[in-house]
Amino acid sequence: MKFLLVEDNMELAQAILSRLRLDGHVIDHAAKIQDAIAFSELGEYDLILLDIMLPDGDGRDFLQRHRQGRKDTPVIVLTARSQVSDRITLLDLGADDYVTKPFDHAELEARCRAVLRRRAGSARNVTQVGDVTFDPVAGVVQVAGTAIKLRNRELRLLELFMNAPGQIFSKQKLVDRLFSYDEDVSDNAIEVYVGRLRKHLETSSLRIRTSRGLGYSLEHD
Amino acid sequence: MTDTVRASASLRRRLTLVLIGGAAVLALLIYFFVRHYATQIAQQGQDEVLGASVTSILDAAVIRNGTLEIDFPYASLSMLNTASDDRVFYAIYRDGEVLSGYPSLPRRAVEPGGPMSWTAVFDGTPVRITTAARRLIAAEGQTVISVSVAQTQDALAGTLRNISQTVALFGAGFFLMATALSFWATSATIGPLKRLTTSITRRGPQDLSPVAKPVPAEMIPLVSSLNNLMGRLDHSLRQSEDFIAEAAHRVRTPLATVRSHAEATLQRVEKEENRKALRSMVRAIDESSRAAGQLLDHAMITFRADHLERQTLNLTELVTDIVSRLEPVAEMKDIAFRVEAAPVVPVSGDPILLQNAIRNLIDNALKYSPGESVIDITVCMDETARLTICDSGPGFPPEQMAGLVDRFARGANAEGITGSGLGLTIAQDVAVAHNGHLVLSNRSSGGACVTFSL
Repeated sequence: MKFLLVEDNMELAQAILSRLRLDGHVIDHAAKIQDAIAFSELGEYDLILLDIMLPDGDGRDFLQRHRQGRKDTPVIVLTARSQVSDRITLLDLGADDYVTKPFDHAELEARCRAVLRRRAGSARNVTQVGDVTFDPVAGVVQVAGTAIKLRNRELRLLELFMNAPGQIFSKQKLVDRLFSYDEDVSDNAIEVYVGRLRKHLETSSLRIRTSRGLGYSLEHD
Repeated sequence: MTDTVRASASLRRRLTLVLIGGAAVLALLIYFFVRHYATQIAQQGQDEVLGASVTSILDAAVIRNGTLEIDFPYASLSMLNTASDDRVFYAIYRDGEVLSGYPSLPRRAVEPGGPMSWTAVFDGTPVRITTAARRLIAAEGQTVISVSVAQTQDALAGTLRNISQTVALFGAGFFLMATALSFWATSATIGPLKRLTTSITRRGPQDLSPVAKPVPAEMIPLVSSLNNLMGRLDHSLRQSEDFIAEAAHRVRTPLATVRSHAEATLQRVEKEENRKALRSMVRAIDESSRAAGQLLDHAMITFRADHLERQTLNLTELVTDIVSRLEPVAEMKDIAFRVEAAPVVPVSGDPILLQNAIRNLIDNALKYSPGESVIDITVCMDETARLTICDSGPGFPPEQMAGLVDRFARGANAEGITGSGLGLTIAQDVAVAHNGHLVLSNRSSGGACVTFSL
């Protein structure tokens, strides 16, 4: 997916950029409202991540101009302010959602997915491996053209595997991606989800291979 | 806040007391002055008659052939007749020796000339005595005749009593009228003050605009310093709100940086001990940012709860809004919300406070629920509007149940779950501010239940 990040704090921007790029997203970075306007006029973005306190003005002004310009690119606001009334005005101004800094990256992803799903506009992000197609935004998985129902964590697990077929993921890495940091889970908890996913993929051409002591990888028959 | 104002005597009472006290003193002064004056006039009347009587007796005195003859007319004494049958006494002296009349009548030495009057006691009763003297010249030489006529004072006392009564009545009437007048004057004076008070009390909690209505000149210093104070209060409230927002921004932005870096690094490192350290770092960041956020929220709520801004709201709408906002977070743990709500549950309250309380309660349920579970949310209206949130987490430790709403109190089984211990406190404070309450319980099947009623 293609993101536009509007954030003046370079350190934070770098961290968000590296994390989103790690997940395979394309992302442009603007540090000022002026740059953001230029970027959003030139490029087509799936989603804009917008900070509120910016050096050359208030992010809400950008939001207002963005909406007045009839751009319907969804906007998720990154706010560091905590007042509830502030959050309400954000949504009134046309933001699709907001996260409060510091945010859990998984939550940001979940919110991005939810916003995109509401906008119902992303058939282009479908991944296909073997006879399995996966739309991460809509959360729809099809095996040989038939939709199957997966729980959220199973979807996230499948997403990881499908983004890098053949790559071995260690148990810890999978735990980090599937569980939030305040859940106390052992690495073995991942076995349950791998087991379920295997069951779902039984009829497909995909297999999940266990590499003893190393982790799991997605293999294609 | 009004309880702390110490009342000195009320202005109304003070003013009324001063006015009534003044009227009473005036009434008494009038009474004594008029009575004194009336007494003097009445006494003068009696003295004149006595004087006339004495003079007519003296006039009748002649010396014929060396003998003193006084043939005083009957009228000399009869002119002293009164309605009260006052008794009359007389005494005639020649060169200081009693010639005729009552020898024991009190006497005073007088020079020949105008009569002199005084009051004395004779025969056990007070009498008014008038004495005058006349010098008679004959061939043998001269002699001094003096005459005293005395009269009891029954008629005079009667007259004085009448006058006193009339004057007392007059004084009482004056006093009553002045009292009524002072009540009216007090009300008229206090009126603008009362109107100012009402206009300030009736203001909305956020209205800190200056008083615009005209006020009497004497109240201008008070009202202008009030306006001044409100201006400063408004300014400092705005400033502290900005400060809170700015402080939150300053604290959270670097925390966000550290957290994002830690998360990104976690994706790259393999060594278990490094991963552990990074995880606990992320947790500590979550803990501190959550605590900071809730402390600020709590401060805001404590402030707002003092000046509740009530609106009519639909509790169901509030709850479903918050639920849909938390849906993506719930989805991450495969938790589903099961909402059973009446379409309209009207409540009167502050939307920001209620939102905050409900969000905290649902947040709690989310945090303590295991993955792939269901959170039951019911909104209904019986005697009160009621919101119930039940999860299938570990539930509340029964022995701690009562103390969990206290500030910074956390359940013994909350180990490993980030929290500030303020979520339930906020919900409870909001419920209490709306005259409602928060009840904690455990489901028989396990899991915590929170009932928030308004």
